[in-house]
Amino acid sequence: MGTYIARRLLWVPVLLFLVSFITFVLGQFGPGDPVQILLGQYSDPAAVQRIREQRGLDDNVAVQYSRYILGVVRGDFGESYQYRGRSVRELLFKRIPVSAQLNLAALMISLGLGIPIGLFSALHQGSVWDTIAVAATLLAQSLPVFFTAPMMLIVFSLQLDILPTHGWGGFFDTRIIMPALVIGIPGVAIITRLTRASTLEVVHQDYIRTARAKGLGERVVITRHILRNSLIPVVTTLGFALAGLASGSFIVELFFGIPGVGLLAIESLFARDYPIIMAVVLIGTSLFVMANLLVDLAYPLLDPRIRLGGSSLGG
Amino acid sequence: MEVENTATSLTGQPSPGRSYLALSLRRLRRKKLAMFFLGIILIMYGSGILASVVTPYGYNDQDLSVAKQGPSFQHPFGTDRLGRDMMTRVIFGLRTTVIITVMALIGGSLLLGIILGLISGYFGKLADGIIMRVGEVTSAFPEVFLLLIIVATLRPRIVTWVREFEDATGIDWIVELGIVDFAVVSFALAIFSWFGMARLVRGQVLQVRENQYSEAARAVGASTARILRVHVFPNIISPVIVSVSAGLAAFAGAELFLSFIGIGVQPPTPSLGRMIFENSSISVLRSDPHLLMFPVITVSILLFSFNLLGDAVNDAFNPRTR
Repeated sequence: MGTYIARRLLWVPVLLFLVSFITFVLGQFGPGDPVQILLGQYSDPAAVQRIREQRGLDDNVAVQYSRYILGVVRGDFGESYQYRGRSVRELLFKRIPVSAQLNLAALMISLGLGIPIGLFSALHQGSVWDTIAVAATLLAQSLPVFFTAPMMLIVFSLQLDILPTHGWGGFFDTRIIMPALVIGIPGVAIITRLTRASTLEVVHQDYIRTARAKGLGERVVITRHILRNSLIPVVTTLGFALAGLASGSFIVELFFGIPGVGLLAIESLFARDYPIIMAVVLIGTSLFVMANLLVDLAYPLLDPRIRLGGSSLGG
Repeated sequence: MEVENTATSLTGQPSPGRSYLALSLRRLRRKKLAMFFLGIILIMYGSGILASVVTPYGYNDQDLSVAKQGPSFQHPFGTDRLGRDMMTRVIFGLRTTVIITVMALIGGSLLLGIILGLISGYFGKLADGIIMRVGEVTSAFPEVFLLLIIVATLRPRIVTWVREFEDATGIDWIVELGIVDFAVVSFALAIFSWFGMARLVRGQVLQVRENQYSEAARAVGASTARILRVHVFPNIISPVIVSVSAGLAAFAGAELFLSFIGIGVQPPTPSLGRMIFENSSISVLRSDPHLLMFPVITVSILLFSFNLLGDAVNDAFNPRTR
């Protein structure tokens, strides 16, 4: 157990190094000369040379990379190309809370609806409600964000006129409802299916029969004995859910005009603003790696039967 | 997988001469819904491949006198703001999706995945270690972000190279036809798709390799290539089919995402993601909903069919996991 955590923790800096190095090399290699982009096509060669020296662009890749990383560790991601003279940090850090709140709302919808529906339909396996839930999740899982976003806009804004079409007002504003639903609905489907499958497995275990046999109330059996065990697989998918949320929020932020990281990234891609793109990629992947680490570490805490690191995995 | 070995007996008679693959395919053929959606996919792929034959207009034929018209007999999906026929553009957009999913699938899942999986499983040791570690690293990252940076940085650079190559050789149609875009996007997708397949193939190979029939074949002097072909390959084909059919929607989705955020296949080559991006504002929905809804509905039907087909294939090939 201890060695597993240590090994897992040692893996993290390696992964972070790899992703930052790949990002840096691609960011340097791909777009061509940053000074050319900065000064435009018809620039004075002397000025170009001066800026090259100022920024140390003639140093070798390793030196430039370590300079970049030392900056990143201090929160300095360089300067944006499209917004002259503004730091990536300033631009990006304003957007992060927006996307974080949106995705938090979406995650709350996914878990808040997915777990109860999954539990309910497993406990009433074979009933009409179960069939409806299974069919609905299959549908919801297959519908792309491309479809749900405009459909919701048509129904709730253009036809019923009960929700605003776009903009951002924070977590407690009606404008968050539609985008959060659009991002959250595929998650509801995934979590419902997972919860249902794992609950079905748990309800047939001996210890559930024992719990009922010793006279525990149904509520206690469900919350203490069933739910606690059936949620373990759900927790393990949360790390991957994060990556899914990211791509969903790119699309949704554009559809609903939400000033989040996704919208900034799309703008930057069109403007070829590589410092911003690199920062988004770097922060996004790091978050993903860390989230998966946390999930892996939480796993044995939730299920003491799992002893990690040994060959006796599974069971 | 033990499902493999028991499934034949589960279906009743051992049916000599009928392989597991044939039995599974027969189970799949009996699923009407799956066959229906397979038909839809085939129609969409067919019209994508034959785009220039089945479409009545060219994808860049402009006619400003009929700009932004709703669906009509001449233009079943209406026209866009330059008077281009939307149905033609949607079908050519499908062609983009078809080309990229097929290229990424063949390059990544099938070629890279199967070959590396076979090497890793059959030869083991160092090759296995390297391949599996590299795979674990690539799968430790969220592909969204890496796809984004790879495509965003490599595409402009490679386009420049190809332009120089064109200037030097006098060929002038490589960039024009969007071949570079197709290649870069498919390549990026392939990087992230081989590992699942490689791991699957490796697992199967490890199992088969230790079986007595493989040992017997080695004992009578069969070559490695022959053992792989005659004993290993028939065992991996079913799980490969299942995993390919489950992964198609992901490829198509990734292509749509990349062209939506503006780094996929570039205009003038039409792509569905780009069409959705350009028309994703509320004012378009209010005044000309057909500009957004036809691409969106096409995409949704395609992804939905992929998902249902994937589920059905899984059911047909692994009847016990239902």
